[in-house]
Amino acid sequence: MSVDAATVTKVAHLARIAVTQEEANRLTGELNAILGFVEELSAIDVEGVEPMTSVVAMTLRTRPDVVTDGENAKAVLANAPASEDGYFLVPKVVE
Amino acid sequence: MTGLTALSIADAHAGLVRREFTARELAEAYLSEMEAARGLNAYVLETPEHARAQAAEADVRLSRGEAGPLEGIPIGVKDLFCTDGVRTTACSRILGSFVPPYESTVTENLWKAGAVLLGKLNCDEFAMGSSNETSAFGPVINPWRRTDDETPLVPGGSSGGSAAAVAASLCAAATATDTGGSIRQPAALTGTVGIKPTYGRCSRWGIVAFASSLDQAGPIARDVRDAAVMLGAMAGFDPKDSTCVDAPVPDYAAAVGASVKGLRIGIPREYRVEGMPAEVEALWERGKAWLVDAGCELVDISLPHTRTALPAYYIVAPAEASSNLARYDGVRYGLRVGADDIVGLYEKTRAAGFGAEVRRRILIGTYVLSAGYYDAYYSRAQKVRTLIKRDFDQVFDGVVDAVLTPTTPSPAFPVGSKANASPVEMYLQDVFTVTVNMAGLPGISVPAGLSGDGLPLGLQLIGRPFDETTLFSLAGAVEKAAGRFTPKAWWR
Repeated sequence: MSVDAATVTKVAHLARIAVTQEEANRLTGELNAILGFVEELSAIDVEGVEPMTSVVAMTLRTRPDVVTDGENAKAVLANAPASEDGYFLVPKVVE
Repeated sequence: MTGLTALSIADAHAGLVRREFTARELAEAYLSEMEAARGLNAYVLETPEHARAQAAEADVRLSRGEAGPLEGIPIGVKDLFCTDGVRTTACSRILGSFVPPYESTVTENLWKAGAVLLGKLNCDEFAMGSSNETSAFGPVINPWRRTDDETPLVPGGSSGGSAAAVAASLCAAATATDTGGSIRQPAALTGTVGIKPTYGRCSRWGIVAFASSLDQAGPIARDVRDAAVMLGAMAGFDPKDSTCVDAPVPDYAAAVGASVKGLRIGIPREYRVEGMPAEVEALWERGKAWLVDAGCELVDISLPHTRTALPAYYIVAPAEASSNLARYDGVRYGLRVGADDIVGLYEKTRAAGFGAEVRRRILIGTYVLSAGYYDAYYSRAQKVRTLIKRDFDQVFDGVVDAVLTPTTPSPAFPVGSKANASPVEMYLQDVFTVTVNMAGLPGISVPAGLSGDGLPLGLQLIGRPFDETTLFSLAGAVEKAAGRFTPKAWWR
């Protein structure tokens, strides 16, 4: 399988990364090189093989459903590029 | 005092405990080495005040006879580990000014053992790379050069800063992480020892995530014993990482120097790849001979799905990266590029904040996970991964105790030499290491000799899950036979 520039532009939008037409053209070649490389896998017989979900046989632990953290609004917001009154600031989303 | 930075962790610890020198003196010795080596670009942040304060506390504990296993030992930390109040960037513009309000579990464990932070070490952006050239802080220069040749070489990656700093004695040891070879490949290219432990041995909590099912932390150190002491301090159960195992940490240092007599070592025929340089082949032969001399038995084995590991990795790792890196949105932390609407803010921020290799991997990951392609790519790659692990399970089930391979297909290469190559050419650096991540196994790289033009080469030993102990014993035997390798200090 391979991609064209229109597909690259669409995927970039899904990934929320702005690309110019020129970048999309260059990325098309680069992504096709990678897709060509991974193409080898289509020749492997995986009939009846379970996909790996964990490399170590283990049952995920559970813990009591209680609050263990919180009340740290200041620390949570400390690295925000823009915040006000304990909230993150973003451009207007709802009209 | 001179000569302090040449001491191994074991010797420095002994000297500190006997009060032959203080932790403060040891820290100062490393700080001046660090300053003199800025041209290598190994550190992206120096923390001398932090180091002096921690060293002073270590001296108090030493004087009370309360020394931890790493008391007063100055270390460097890969800039992928969050350090409380100390800038952590993953060497990406998108995290350019991030100061974590928390500490990663692995570094917390090291401070509890008494270690001293010298600074944060350079790496490939989000640990995506094999040469340390994708870092937003620029490339790291390998302390090793070819004989009679001043061409700057890469230290490997992604933990290139960690490997270079250890090789040049700019820290006693360093933390690193390994998703496809990022501890072992740079260790091999700098003549240092690096171990990626079994998946789940070290907590991933507080480490900037790349590919969560593959990422593991481990140390890079100057010798096998130092690596064992470091891993012993880094490893352990952590309830904050649900994949971290609740099992006691063995005394790894005690395994170094232990007899390896009677151990069966697998030699996988699939690792003899096309175009492998004769000197790498010869190094492998010497490694086999050393282990036979130490009493091991060699067994020819087959790991038939070896070839599929790298292509499967380049589906699984970008897929996981694309979802892990979705959090960099310009809203909660890091870089923000303004726009009129929220989608524009996301798209501009991420375009400006991520470098070329990271953008490429996010796009590949997004594509292979997108509707209609999931089964053809991601699901198939995870099935192939099951087959790769099955190969190892079969040989470790009564056939061999460990596997011996070269660590890398070649020694260090010049900075910039792969700039115009296909991205796939750089990916081939990890052809011998990536299988180990795909199967979640422990792997150690130990320096084993020099190439014809004077550059270090490494051998890799792969073990059973959670059998790091055997790897330390075997690596110790290789080290004993091969000797140690130190670069000439041309950068001073």
